[in-house]
Amino acid sequence: MILFDWLLDPANWSGPYGAPMLVFEHILYTLAAMIAAAVIAMPIGLFVGHTGRGEFVIAGAANVLRALPSLGLIVLLVILFAPVFASDLAFVVPSLIVLVLLAVPPIMTGTYSGIANADRAAVDAAKGMGYTPMQVLMRVELPCALPLIFSGLRSATLQVISTATIAAYVSLGGLGRLIIDGRAQNDYSQMAAGAILVGLLALFVDLFIELVATLSVSRGLTRREPRRLSRWGRRLNPFRTQS
Amino acid sequence: MNVDWLLREHDMILDLFLRHLWLSIAPVALGLALALPIGWAVQRSGRWKGPILNLVGLLFTIPSLALFVLLPWFLGTQILDPINVIVALTIYVLALLVRTVSDGLDAVPRETLQAANAMGYRPLRRLLAVELPLAVPVIAGGLRVALVSNISIVSVAALVGTRQLGSLFTQGLQLQFLTPIVAGIVLSVFLAASLDAMVLYTSRRLTPWERRPS
Repeated sequence: MILFDWLLDPANWSGPYGAPMLVFEHILYTLAAMIAAAVIAMPIGLFVGHTGRGEFVIAGAANVLRALPSLGLIVLLVILFAPVFASDLAFVVPSLIVLVLLAVPPIMTGTYSGIANADRAAVDAAKGMGYTPMQVLMRVELPCALPLIFSGLRSATLQVISTATIAAYVSLGGLGRLIIDGRAQNDYSQMAAGAILVGLLALFVDLFIELVATLSVSRGLTRREPRRLSRWGRRLNPFRTQS
Repeated sequence: MNVDWLLREHDMILDLFLRHLWLSIAPVALGLALALPIGWAVQRSGRWKGPILNLVGLLFTIPSLALFVLLPWFLGTQILDPINVIVALTIYVLALLVRTVSDGLDAVPRETLQAANAMGYRPLRRLLAVELPLAVPVIAGGLRVALVSNISIVSVAALVGTRQLGSLFTQGLQLQFLTPIVAGIVLSVFLAASLDAMVLYTSRRLTPWERRPS
């Protein structure tokens, strides 16, 4: 079957152009962009969520960036940066800038709305117990915000994986190479291999982040455990009223 | 910027713009038409709702370029066929809107439903005359996100060869020429902003009760 021809050829599973190396490169670019984006976006999201200042700036920035075509941005930056760099940096730097730019808004909005929507009662209780604003942020608001922070990280990661594929057009490595080079060589099975691998990568990363989120979010928030607890509670609770 | 080039090529640019417009709008219309009944069915499906919505959401994880490459094989079409782009984007719109429609219907207050029942509304008429209108703001919110992100995703299809504004980007890179790239970015942002404003306007016109008395 033409869909799997390239993938089933053992020659394509080793060397600098083999599937494992391309997957590795793809993960590397994604990770680099995500770390940079998180370092930029999370402090801003924490600040805006905690103080409530500058909300409309975040919403506006997210909308504008969503409307910008990522392929256009990458190509624009590559041409602008061409005179500045001579080596591979000429396409790596512009691609990474665009990847970071795309990842910032979802992380920022996720962090901001998670913090802003943290349970008021819990925040007030923490203040009443004498927590400093920093302690309130780190020990109460942040744990409460984790589900939304993770969902922001998740959509940012998917965006980055998808756009890193596109950046193969300006020579970036990774799985997009198979699609772009396959297209140039009229080799559909190579293109299909790239598409299948990048689809699987996105799926696995998505499930992985979901797993990390489930494991790290407080059980008081997810309401998974409480169902079991409440069944016990109903049996044990002496104040239970008959209904 | 080279204005001469823009004037000389305005026919081609207009053609690409119209193709882009068509490729962005058709999937949203198709996706909305499919998402309304599916979202309604999902909202009624009780304990299957969560798993179904998660499964539909997974469709969104497929990178767009991968979908453009794989769909011709599934559909038996040529790789250049714009149908691939329309189907791919319809899938994305569907992944987004099924959840939105279901959430929107969920958000209709119980009292309102009971009042409608008491007034003698049959289920179908209640859905069309009460539940859907009340869900319009939520659905329109999802529609705006779908529409704006579609316009950006459409341009990616230039990499497999489908012609639309994205072709200006590939052309610009081949010629090492900024004018078409800037023109493409400006036109697609303009398209996004105007279509977004249109959905917002329509949604406000459909829901006059949402306007706060000033």
